[in-house]
Amino acid sequence: MSTAELTQFDIDRTRGDFRYDIKHEFDAGTGLTHETIDYIVNVKGEPDWIREWRHKALDVFLSKPMPTHWASKDLENIVFGNIRYYLAGGQKASRSWDEVPEDMKRTFERLGIPEQERKFLAGVEAQFDSEAVYSNIKKAVGEQGVIFCGSTEGLIKHPEIFRKWFGKVIPTGDNKFSALNSAVFSGGSFIYVPPGVKVKHPLQAYFRINAENFGQFERTLIIADEGSEVMYMEGCTAPKFETATLHSAVVELVALKGAKIQYVTVQNWSANVFNLVTKRALAHEEAEVKWIDCNIGSRLTMKYPGVVLKGRKARGEVVSIALANDGQHQDTGAKMIHAADETTSNIVSKSISIGKGRATYRGLVHVPKHLKGCKNNTECDALLINSTSRTDTYPAITVRGTGNSCQHEASVSQISAEQIFYMQQRGLTEAQAMSLSVNGFVNDLVRQFPMEYSVELKRLIDLEMEGSVG
Amino acid sequence: MMTSVLEPMTDTPAAPTRLLSAGPAAPGQEAAWTQFTKIPMPTRTDERWRFANVKDLDLSSYLPPAPVDEAVREALLVRSRGLEKSAGRMVFANDQLLTREAYSEELSRIGVIWLPLEQAMIEHPNLFQQYFMREEAILGGQKFATLHASQVRTGTFLFVPRGVEINLPIEAFHWLHGDNASCFPHTLIMAQDMAKVTFIDYYESADAEAPGLACGVNDLWLGAGASVTYVCAQNWSSKALAFQINATVVGRDARARSLFAQLGARHLRTESVSHLRAQGGRSDMLALTVADAAQEIDARTFQIHEAPNTSSDLLYKNSLDDTARTIFSGLIRVNPVAHQTDAYQKVRNLLLSDEAEANSAPGLEIEADNVRCTHGATSGQIEQEELFYLMSRGISKRAAQKLIVHGFLQEVIARLEEPAIGARLTEMVQAKFAAHA
Repeated sequence: MSTAELTQFDIDRTRGDFRYDIKHEFDAGTGLTHETIDYIVNVKGEPDWIREWRHKALDVFLSKPMPTHWASKDLENIVFGNIRYYLAGGQKASRSWDEVPEDMKRTFERLGIPEQERKFLAGVEAQFDSEAVYSNIKKAVGEQGVIFCGSTEGLIKHPEIFRKWFGKVIPTGDNKFSALNSAVFSGGSFIYVPPGVKVKHPLQAYFRINAENFGQFERTLIIADEGSEVMYMEGCTAPKFETATLHSAVVELVALKGAKIQYVTVQNWSANVFNLVTKRALAHEEAEVKWIDCNIGSRLTMKYPGVVLKGRKARGEVVSIALANDGQHQDTGAKMIHAADETTSNIVSKSISIGKGRATYRGLVHVPKHLKGCKNNTECDALLINSTSRTDTYPAITVRGTGNSCQHEASVSQISAEQIFYMQQRGLTEAQAMSLSVNGFVNDLVRQFPMEYSVELKRLIDLEMEGSVG
Repeated sequence: MMTSVLEPMTDTPAAPTRLLSAGPAAPGQEAAWTQFTKIPMPTRTDERWRFANVKDLDLSSYLPPAPVDEAVREALLVRSRGLEKSAGRMVFANDQLLTREAYSEELSRIGVIWLPLEQAMIEHPNLFQQYFMREEAILGGQKFATLHASQVRTGTFLFVPRGVEINLPIEAFHWLHGDNASCFPHTLIMAQDMAKVTFIDYYESADAEAPGLACGVNDLWLGAGASVTYVCAQNWSSKALAFQINATVVGRDARARSLFAQLGARHLRTESVSHLRAQGGRSDMLALTVADAAQEIDARTFQIHEAPNTSSDLLYKNSLDDTARTIFSGLIRVNPVAHQTDAYQKVRNLLLSDEAEANSAPGLEIEADNVRCTHGATSGQIEQEELFYLMSRGISKRAAQKLIVHGFLQEVIARLEEPAIGARLTEMVQAKFAAHA
């Protein structure tokens, strides 16, 4: 196999690589101080408890050191003073497609998001910069009592539900970046699913970064009440910029007794984005939470979706695919905190490192004492395409007591030359053979994505890879 | 350095000086002592000490090694029971050589150098310079490695020249005697090209419940095609604080095999590094732990593949009872040049009580392709069905449990492919089971 050809492997990120000039009506300027926070609160018209909360979070953020004693030193390249913390095109989320400004519509249409997918999706909320620009839930879903809106609208209109869980799954001080998000968050979704309601179609939001030096700090809170079911999908594309951009979201999920939540992410930020995301779920008795996470873009992603298994028989699952190309570090993984009897968790992670890309798996499984019947299974597989690629695995597993079992397995391999040879003598080009092989490696995970995402993923890995290997 | 040990020790401890205020063992060890005092104690936020109870590591109560009297010497010599057949043995107590006995003519074969460390330092300064503590402690224990370097007084120095094979194992016994005593056992084995040797260190406390400090280093150097089997049977007192730092450097087509049997100590920290330095080298890293009471056994390992076509295979098995804690944190690293690496790492924890805690952190860092690297970690308990089967055959629950644990650990011992040593280790494990109420 010639490595020269293989280094050209790339996922085509040009689909998101365009930008229209947009006039920002509200802009908090660069840098982060207590005035920035007052500005954000005033513009958004938020209540005083949030103002206080944000100020406290800023203090926590400033007091916490960068976690570089274990994480990548690349974090030190983030210049917090050069980042814009708040921008918005307008304060009210548009309710119908017609109200959306023309220039923004053009951007969305280039991305190919809403109109053709609207039929399949229950609701669309597309975040354009900080504020939700377009937010629509199909009538049927709204009639079931499902609340689906932006986080700001959620905290103003539904404080009785919002405040009960907001910041409870991921406290402000969880880590430096969750504190940052707590201080300056805007945008993101708030979803409440009433007891027993099963939302048939996935709820979807697309987020985009569209301003240079602009950080995206969305905050999502999803509450699935007893016995309800919901699937949420999040996809990201971002235009390319010359200076690094920061994306630091916080996502909290609460699955009450017997509820099921699936959270699907396809992350395809451009290769200059720092993507530092905290995602955690609280699973009550017999609840199920599944994170499906795919990371293709960004310069550095640090994301370890977690589930706190709080109630008996709760189940947590993380399915993760990461693809790291030249200049990229995908530092992803999962956390499973068992806190009740008979809780089970499953982690399956697959990563592909291409060129000089680096993929890292970090895991944490914790089973404290006096629990019975807890089970965890972890599998991590890594595929290395070139001799310059790198992969790391750092799991940490703590088990106490006799009633539980944990197993962890990981393997690292390369594409087998025999497989490629076999396919080539059947008439495939080397590039086709390679992409078929890579698709085969992730296929069992890709199938777990909702249909349209798995198609999109396959296309990302397959078609566009073929095009560039040629 | 260390020349003072050659003269008889004369200090009579009227008011004993503590280890931490005693300074280096000899003037030549001053530099190491200075380093030791400069390096801060580990903290829990240091990733290399993650999970560990670092507050257990206080060194202030220990005394420097003091010589034992004649009666103790006689008693310890009798208690130094190893294999039925060996090529020779040295016995040390509190870092004082009690005896050196060669049983086999093999050892007198031309060129084998088997001496107490302090004697080798004077008689073979070049070899000593070339190999003594040449690999830095990189897994977090640098403070304790420098403590060792500043305090080491004696140990085994074994040089096996090119092509010489020693068929019977060589043994060393290190005894810790007296309350709050300390010792710094050292083993340095150098096997030249195509040489072959098997070596066993036994670590024992004269009083199974006396508090004490042991801080040992053992380094293995393998030339091309050499074969070294190293066993460390650790059975310090149940109140001892112990450190063990190992570096194994594997040359071309050489084969290293090491087994650490961890039975004793209140808190044990071990660091074991295999450098696969030249093509075709292989290192087998084995350990078995029987932890009970409030023991904490903290094992850190590192398999570094520095050249193409090398392999390493690690198997660590822990059985945990009562409130025991174990930590396994291991890393396989494949450097960019090390293509065709075949590396394996497996840790298995068997929890026997509800209060026991097993922490596992098996890691991989791969920078080359065309490699095969896998690792696995499991934690579980005895299957009820297995217990039931044995109990239905009339075996008591306790005995059945011991049988199952015995079987669990036997896999590690079998991998040594040394039946005589395996039998001795099994005996020691059984003795620990028998002592456990």
